[in-house]
Amino acid sequence: MTISLNAYLIVAGLLFAIGFLGVLARRNTLILYMSLEMMLSASTLALVAFSRFNGTPDGNTFVFFIITVAAAEVAVGLAIIVALFRLRRTVEVDALTSLRN
Amino acid sequence: MSDFLFYFFAALIVGSALAVVLSRDAVNAAMFLILAFVGIAGMFVLLEAYFLAVLQILVYAGAVVVLFLFIVMLMNVETRTRRPVQLISALAAAVSFALLVTGVLWLFSRDRITGPASVDVIAPGSGLKIFGQQLFTSYLLPLQVTGFLLLMAMIGVIVLGRKHRAEGKGT
Repeated sequence: MTISLNAYLIVAGLLFAIGFLGVLARRNTLILYMSLEMMLSASTLALVAFSRFNGTPDGNTFVFFIITVAAAEVAVGLAIIVALFRLRRTVEVDALTSLRN
Repeated sequence: MSDFLFYFFAALIVGSALAVVLSRDAVNAAMFLILAFVGIAGMFVLLEAYFLAVLQILVYAGAVVVLFLFIVMLMNVETRTRRPVQLISALAAAVSFALLVTGVLWLFSRDRITGPASVDVIAPGSGLKIFGQQLFTSYLLPLQVTGFLLLMAMIGVIVLGRKHRAEGKGT
């Protein structure tokens, strides 16, 4: 295997940066949430790469827990988005201004 | 061969992640999200974490994206955004994105993190036996806490999804 650890970390960092761009720039709550999931996946990719190059299995176990917690988090977050949509009839972030002033 | 696969999956991940962020339709974004997760699973296979690759496909590309599509269908929301971004927030996002990418490339491309360039040891997490042993010995408490967290998430989703009485009166 000739690919170095740094190459995997560059891919993970780029994926994290793209997800960050999505969270900052997009206004649709669903796409914003997909970008959050991509950022989480980037961190798991970095953890697996570290674990492989360190030679210990602990990083993989962490990733197992992260995937479990991410599944729970997606379920709760989408339930919140559905409740929000029922109340306000929109999923655009710009329209949610009831805390302003 | 392994090098070629790495570059292929890296291009797949970055390209489909960009497509998720830039696509105007939420359904298209979800489809590209599946592609990005499949690319990450391929990376896991290259890193010899086979169990995690299967888990990534099952949980993310299976459950999570299907849940997203289900919500889009259920809400019957207009998924195409007419006014995608405001100018000032787009500017701020672009600047911070450029800073982040520059930082990542500067940090990792010149071997600033010293470590083994390549290892040839037996992959640690590939065996399911090692995985199960780890989960039920040194990580027993986190495993049980995670199970409890899943139960809490289930109860929370049920409570959130219920129609409550205040609905219909507006905010």
